[in-house]
Amino acid sequence: MIYYLCFVLFLIGLYGVCCKKNIVKIILGLWIMEYSVNLFLILLGYRKDGIPPILKPNTDISQFTQKAVDPLPQAMVLTSIVIGLGVLALMVTVAIRLYQRYGTFDITEMRKLKG
Amino acid sequence: MVNLPLFIIIPFGMAFFIPMVSRKIKWVPDVLGNITTFILLILSLMTLNLEYVYHIGGWKAPFGIVLVLDGLSCLLLIIINLISFMATLFSVEYLEKLYTSKLRYYSLFLLMVGGMNGTVLSGDLFNLFVFMEIASIASYALVAFGCQASELEASFKYLVMGNVGSLLVLYAIALLYGKTGSLNMADVAKILINIPYDNLIAFAFVLIISGFMIKSALVPFHAWLPDAHPSAPSPISAMLSGVVIKALGVYVVIRLIFNLFGFTPLISNVLIYMGVISMIFGVCLAVLQWDLKRLLAYHSISQMGYVFTGIGLGTPLGILGGLFHLFNHSLFKSLLFLNAGSIEYEIGTRDLNKMGLLYKKMPITSFATFISSMSISGIPPFNGFWSKFIIILAAIKAGRPIIAFWAVIGSILTLSSFSKVLKYSIYGKGEKFNEEKWEKIKEVGDLMIVPLIILSVLCIFSGLLLYGMTEGIFSPVINVLNGGVVEYINKVLGS
Repeated sequence: MIYYLCFVLFLIGLYGVCCKKNIVKIILGLWIMEYSVNLFLILLGYRKDGIPPILKPNTDISQFTQKAVDPLPQAMVLTSIVIGLGVLALMVTVAIRLYQRYGTFDITEMRKLKG
Repeated sequence: MVNLPLFIIIPFGMAFFIPMVSRKIKWVPDVLGNITTFILLILSLMTLNLEYVYHIGGWKAPFGIVLVLDGLSCLLLIIINLISFMATLFSVEYLEKLYTSKLRYYSLFLLMVGGMNGTVLSGDLFNLFVFMEIASIASYALVAFGCQASELEASFKYLVMGNVGSLLVLYAIALLYGKTGSLNMADVAKILINIPYDNLIAFAFVLIISGFMIKSALVPFHAWLPDAHPSAPSPISAMLSGVVIKALGVYVVIRLIFNLFGFTPLISNVLIYMGVISMIFGVCLAVLQWDLKRLLAYHSISQMGYVFTGIGLGTPLGILGGLFHLFNHSLFKSLLFLNAGSIEYEIGTRDLNKMGLLYKKMPITSFATFISSMSISGIPPFNGFWSKFIIILAAIKAGRPIIAFWAVIGSILTLSSFSKVLKYSIYGKGEKFNEEKWEKIKEVGDLMIVPLIILSVLCIFSGLLLYGMTEGIFSPVINVLNGGVVEYINKVLGS
C-alpha cells in the first residue's frame, strides 16, 4: 500500500513539472519526484523492529540476518541525495541567470528558441 | 591488457587537476586537455578485440562492482575517445575568440568524457545511473556555457527533461532491486529468467527504457534536443550529437534490452516503429530549418531513428547495419558540427540566408562540409551509404519492405535538406548575402583544420571496415547482442 502512495507522490511531482508555468514551481515538482524515489528506496530496506546492519562479535548470525535491515538501499539513497543536490544547485543557478536575462520566472515568456 | 579503471580515473583526475595547476598560465589547460584525450584514444584503441571482466577491489561478481569490457563497450569506447580528441583539438582555437574560462571548459569536458566511459564499461545498474548522471550534469552545464539568454533557456529545458529521465531510471532500478535483490546486471538477468514474468517487471522495463529514450531523443521524447544541441559551443555540439546521445541513450537501451530483459518480437516492433517515426519526423522538420546547427540537430533525431530501426530488426544483418550506422553517424555528424563551428567562427552567424560562396574563401571547410553532407545523405562511396544500404537490405530480408521504403524516403529527404545547406552556404548565395563581409572571410587556423581533415578521411574510408561483413571488425559486437542474456550472464559471473 505504502509503495502505491510513493508512486502517487511521484505522479504529483510529474504533474508539477508538466503543468506549472513558474520555473521555481517546476523545480519544486522535480524535487517532489526526487523525494518520492528516495522514500521508495528507503522503504525497500525497511523492516519492522529492525536492527542496524552492523555485525558485532558474538552475535548469532541466523538471528542477525532475520532482523537486520538491508543496508544497500541506504547507501544508494545517500548517493542519490548527493547527485540530487548537485542537480538542484545547477538548476537554481540557471533559474537565477534566466531571471536576470528575462526579468521573469514565467516559462511561457521565454520564447527565443522555436521551430 | 588495458587496466579498465584507467578510462574513468584519468579523465576524472585530470578534470580536477587542470583547474588546480593552470590558474596563471594560459596555455596549460589546452595542452593538458589534449594530452589527456589523446592518451584515452590510444588506450581505447588498445582494447580492440579484448574481452574481460574487472572486479573492483577483488570482490567477486554478484557482491562487488564489476567493469565489463566486451565488443559493444569497446566500439563505444573508441567512438567516445576519438570524437573527444577531435573536439578538444578543435576547441583550442575556437574557444580563444568566442568564449572565456578555458579551464572550466576542459574540466567539465573531461567530467563528461569520464562519465560516458564509466557508463559504457559499468556492469552494475546503480553505477550505470551514477556515471550517467555525472555525464549529464556536465553536459547541462556545457550547454549553458555561453550564458546567453537562449543558451540558458535551452539548458533549462534539457535539465528538466534529462532529470525526469534520470528519475524514471532510478525508480526502475529501485523496483528491480526490490524484485531481485541484486544490482549486478548479469545477476539481475539471471534471476529474471528464473522467475515468472509479471506486471512489476514489465513496469520497471517500461520506466527504465523510457528514461533512457529521453536521453537518446527518440521522437516522443525529442523536444529538448533541437534546442540544446545548437546552443552549446560547437565542439560540445559535436560531442552531444556525436557521442552523448549514443553512450547515454542508445548504448544503454541496447544493453538492457539484449542482455538484461531479453529481446522479444513485441520489443522489436516497438523499436522499429519508434525508429521509423523519428526517422521521418526528424528529417521533415529539418528541411524547414534556416539555422544551420538547428538543422543538423534535427538530423540527429532522424539518424538515431535509423539506428533503432536496424537494431530493432533483430537479425544479425540488421544489428550490423544499426551499429555501423551508429559508428558512421558519430563521424559525420561531429564533422558537420565542427564545420558549422568554423563557419560560425569566421562569419559570426548561423543563418543560412546570410552565408554564400564559401568555397572560394574557405576551401577546406567547404570540402569537408561537402564530404560529410554526402555521407549523411548516403551517396555511394562514403560511409553513410553502406550502413543505410545494410539497414534497407536487412529490412527487405526480414520481410518488411514497408520499413525499407520509409528508410529510402528518409534518405531522399536528408539529401534534399543537405543540398539546401550546400546551395545556400557553400556553392550559392543566401538572400541576405553581404558582399563586404564576405571579402574579409578567410580560412580558419591550422588547429581547427586538422580535425576536419582527419574526420573527412575517416568518413571516406570507414566504409572499408565492412570488409568481410560478419567476420570482420564488427563480429564481436554482433556476437554480444546475438548471444543474448545467457551468454552475458556466463561471461560476467563466470559460470
